[in-house]
Amino acid sequence: MENQVVITSKNMIKKFGDFVANDHLNFEVYKGEIFGFLGANGAGKTTAMKILCGLLTPTSGEIFVGGFNVYTETEKIKRSIGYMSQKFSLYEDLTVFENIRFYSGIYGLSDADIKMKSNNLMDKLGLSAQRNSLISSLPLGWKQKLAFSIAIIHDPQIVFLDEPTGGVDPITRRQFWDLIYDAAHNGITVFVTTHYMDEAEYCDRISIMVDGRIEALDTPFNLMKTYNSENMDGVFLKLARA
Amino acid sequence: MNRFKSFVIKEFYHIFRDRRSLIVLFGIPIAQVLLFGFVITNDIRNAKIAVLDYSKDDISREITNKIVSSQYFSLAETLNNDKDIEGIFKKGRVKMVLVFENNFAHDLENTGKANIQIIADATDPNLANLLVSYLSAIIMNYTLDMNRLAVVPMQINMESRMFYNPELKSVYMFVPGVMAMILMLISAFMTSITITREKESGTMEILLVSPLRPSQIIIGKVVPYVLLSFSSAVMIILLGIFVFGMPVEGNFILLLAESLLFIILALSLGILISTIANSQQTAMLMSMVALMLPTILLSGFVFPIENMPFILQLLAHIMPPKYFIIIVKNIMLKGTGFSYVWKETLVLIFMTFFFIMLSIKKFKVRLE
Repeated sequence: MENQVVITSKNMIKKFGDFVANDHLNFEVYKGEIFGFLGANGAGKTTAMKILCGLLTPTSGEIFVGGFNVYTETEKIKRSIGYMSQKFSLYEDLTVFENIRFYSGIYGLSDADIKMKSNNLMDKLGLSAQRNSLISSLPLGWKQKLAFSIAIIHDPQIVFLDEPTGGVDPITRRQFWDLIYDAAHNGITVFVTTHYMDEAEYCDRISIMVDGRIEALDTPFNLMKTYNSENMDGVFLKLARA
Repeated sequence: MNRFKSFVIKEFYHIFRDRRSLIVLFGIPIAQVLLFGFVITNDIRNAKIAVLDYSKDDISREITNKIVSSQYFSLAETLNNDKDIEGIFKKGRVKMVLVFENNFAHDLENTGKANIQIIADATDPNLANLLVSYLSAIIMNYTLDMNRLAVVPMQINMESRMFYNPELKSVYMFVPGVMAMILMLISAFMTSITITREKESGTMEILLVSPLRPSQIIIGKVVPYVLLSFSSAVMIILLGIFVFGMPVEGNFILLLAESLLFIILALSLGILISTIANSQQTAMLMSMVALMLPTILLSGFVFPIENMPFILQLLAHIMPPKYFIIIVKNIMLKGTGFSYVWKETLVLIFMTFFFIMLSIKKFKVRLE
């Protein structure tokens, strides 16, 4: 089970004109793992993530997501992944239930499924009383948890999280990670980009990107050992300044 | 299909929960039509005039009565001296003064010729022109009536008739114009804003990652506005008919079909704007400057295209509303069928395709 590969990237290259955003990215992501994708702003994280989500076509490279080819099977990829961005992406003028129904609807869930799943979801998050409240009236932490739960409502193989914890306090951030662990437990692969180095330590494995290349890829423990550092901050600084 | 349905339902929630968009959709059309119909009117009604009658005879009095009873003019003052003329204009009491010379009736009966002087306040030149021509027409009519009794050898009788709008009601011109303007506003403006709003809030990203196709996203965004714009168009037509007594001489279904075509054209423009603009404000500004102003100024709705400088005329020919206004006028006022408006229809169809192709291209480029 550990080694069932869900994302493969061999020599992923993406160029914008002369600018090389992704330079020969090689990595594999396994089923049920939490894969951290780290890097400074502009290091090429977002570009790589967009390619994996089927939003961008790579310049070259052999890339498979969930067993599907990113060049020819983007439709199938889109159906088997979930996505959440740092903006949480809920509709502020829709209620909690309406947001759940909308997102499950566009992923093609049946009405019966939507009813069952939305009830489960609201129960789990303790949001049942807020079922008919507008999103704009919810605190940030709840929005974030709801956005994540909605991103995996269609039971995707992989969920992509683009800096999901921006602007949230540490306690909420911790609670949010509990949800992520929970999802990974249920066999959903989590691919997460983040700025927070303490968060990086929650991941099973992390890759660190510098200037379009992956400079390091290993478990947080091994990376700290290799770079002779007590925490991920140190590892990151050593790599970024090299 | 279920996917698409949930998308469209969501769009309706957005629209009905946003008071501003409701006002734009239904409040503005009603207000505009009523405003243009009642307030901004070129029709002359009870324009105030003064009469300076040196002759004070039967005929001068009869002419004055005829003018005053025409409902176009009302007699505000009777003057006794030509020195008062300046004063009364300066006070702004009247727009026009009518002067009968001494021995008016006497001259007319004996020499067959007599003079009336019309002095108009030309600070508003269009109005002055209009008043003078109305007044001349009344006097002309009177002389014609008189001549019918007398035997006059050789006379050219000039009779003009205003076809399709015999009473020269300006509402007839404004309703098609307002319709073009409103449909442009709702369709282009609202769609460009609703799409850029998704970009701003980051939800567009989520939609693009979802199994929805870009075309489904765009169509889903547009469908509610097609329905709402169409009901708005029907509302404007009904207001024109029942409040202002506009005729629909031609085929009502054809009129609705052409309106639908114009709506789709405006929507495709809105989509195009949203692919260029990245924020709601940019989208708003672009629709205002690039769509609203030309619709008002260059479509022939307020100012006749024939009187524009050559370059502006060229520009006017590429303004979609121009063709729509021609079509609407033809159908509503002249009662012509499709065979008379097919050229304009074709232009609109061509423009729609052009904008849609351009948006698709732009949309793809943006994704890359």
